[in-house]
Amino acid sequence: MKSQPFEALLRTTPDAVIIDLFGEINAFADGAINQAYDQADQQNTANILLNFKEVTYINSTGIALIVGIMAKSRKNHKRLTVFGLSDHYVEIFQITRLADFMAIFPDETTALTTAA
Amino acid sequence: MISFLRKTFGVSDKSRNDSIQSPLIDQPTAPASGVQAIEVEINMDDPLMDHLIKASGIVEIDRLELDSPTLRILKDAGVKITVPLVSQGELIGLLNLGPRLSEQEYSSDDKRLLNTLATQAAPALRVAQLARQQQLEARERERMEQELRVARVIQQTLLPKEIPQRKGWHLAAHWQPARAVSGDFYDFFEYPDGKLGIVTGDVTDKGVPAALVMATTRSILRSAAEGLESPGQLLSKANDLLCEDIPHNMFVTCLFLLVDLEKGEITFANAGHNLPYKRTENGVDELCATGMPLGLLPGMIYDENQAVLNPGESILLFSDGLIEGHNPDGEMFGFHRLKRIMEENPGGSSMIQLLIDKLTDFTGPDWEQEDDVTFVTLEREISPIAEIAENMDDEDIEWIILADFSLPSKPGNERLAMERVAEAIQDLPFKPDRLERLKTAVAETALNAIEHGNKYQPDLNTDIIVKTASGVLKIFITDHGGGRPIPEAIEPDLEAKLAGLQSPRGWGLFLIKNMVDEMRIHTDEKHHTVELIMRYEGQLK
Repeated sequence: MKSQPFEALLRTTPDAVIIDLFGEINAFADGAINQAYDQADQQNTANILLNFKEVTYINSTGIALIVGIMAKSRKNHKRLTVFGLSDHYVEIFQITRLADFMAIFPDETTALTTAA
Repeated sequence: MISFLRKTFGVSDKSRNDSIQSPLIDQPTAPASGVQAIEVEINMDDPLMDHLIKASGIVEIDRLELDSPTLRILKDAGVKITVPLVSQGELIGLLNLGPRLSEQEYSSDDKRLLNTLATQAAPALRVAQLARQQQLEARERERMEQELRVARVIQQTLLPKEIPQRKGWHLAAHWQPARAVSGDFYDFFEYPDGKLGIVTGDVTDKGVPAALVMATTRSILRSAAEGLESPGQLLSKANDLLCEDIPHNMFVTCLFLLVDLEKGEITFANAGHNLPYKRTENGVDELCATGMPLGLLPGMIYDENQAVLNPGESILLFSDGLIEGHNPDGEMFGFHRLKRIMEENPGGSSMIQLLIDKLTDFTGPDWEQEDDVTFVTLEREISPIAEIAENMDDEDIEWIILADFSLPSKPGNERLAMERVAEAIQDLPFKPDRLERLKTAVAETALNAIEHGNKYQPDLNTDIIVKTASGVLKIFITDHGGGRPIPEAIEPDLEAKLAGLQSPRGWGLFLIKNMVDEMRIHTDEKHHTVELIMRYEGQLK
């Protein structure tokens, strides 16, 4: 199976900046995901949402990248929220306790409602 | 023109009964001509203090006659008048002035102006003092939290870095402090004759005091275990040694098991710890042994009892943190609930995660962990599966080989390994969620093999065998990184990672362990083989 190149794109809403993630979050995603987060961090918002709807695979290195972003958001007092995770990755976020440190929502509408 | 003589000022701290410096007016960076700064301290018992507190406005220093050391200092410094700065009835500073430059006396207008100035300056000064105090307190809190984070990392190094792996047996442990550091501990002692010592303990209280006693107790037990196998004698010796060092109001409950791994015989002694639970086909029983906790009285004797652990049976050792967890209604988790859970579920290492989940469900999402939680499980595997785990050519069971392939150790090939295994097991009746778990476990194991075992050397293959028999699926993933142990799959410290104290990486083994029914690691001089085991119900499609 051919791996899907990772991509991260920014969208701005009145209440939050959304980072749409596409493809596989592994070691190859390091530069793109951190660059996207840093750009989002510079926007004038306290809410940053990660959209996992189009993410096909996350490995332990990808978990580490997400932990790194969580650490940044914590340091910069940004509220990090995620949505669009499959049931399997919700379970992984629970097992790794990432879910204890950021809110997880099923979809964008719910996530944005809470952000507002 | 009024000439101000700038001073600093201090008041005594009643609670400490000594004098402290508390500058009210910062030193000027470029003092104006005729302005000088001196430090003045006033003790609470100085009569000047009483006079200033009672004064309703400016005080003319050169007209005061008091037996006051501070008054003498002020007079010597040339202070003519002082204006007490009072906020909410508390004297928080003084505005001291020398003689006017014109050498005339201060006029009534001057004095009114000074009183007005003092009235306005005092609250502002108080706010500044409080802000600075809060800033200092916040810095102190941060420093203490940082120290505790470091203490936790240090304490973790006192726990076993690896769980002993013995053929036919499976050991697992979990340690979850209520605070940054813990009074709970566990340890393993491997004896030259092949026997295994297992110890769990719980120091009274929690946090830093308990952690310090925990470190001492661990050292004493290790020292005692070097010359002794007898659990009773070991606890007696540890008790005598600990009595000399332990603080008056503290003690340690401790359980010691000596396991003959050949025969399955367990000899144990107990110093006031929770009785371990043994799970068999017929139910769950306590392994009874009693004795006084360590550190209370010297000269104690600890009786030894014996039990046998047959294949398929397991033992759970646990600390108070589980039993004494409360739900929002104040109900305690309790021994009966634990026993029932053990009776209704498989034993062994899977019991640990189950109990953590049950405790979380019981206490609710807002629960602040009341006490340290520690588990150790010892399981004797059912033969002949345990034998076959070590010997893939076993003839007693007819294994079906579903896949046998090798992949170059290149980045991204773990994904390929995952897809190849998923394809190989597509006819097995796995539920979708368990299939996803297995796929993640395979990908993570292959990633470890490629990255850590074979260090991304494309000429070193990562070998994968998939086989099944009697509702059991086994996947063996082998790399060329043998000769050094694979670390124990402990839960990463997410708090430390988020605080930047640890690398954000290090999730692989923990994920693998939690994704499959069982994970075993086989290491020889040249290879590591990680064995993933998943059970299923039903037949091949």
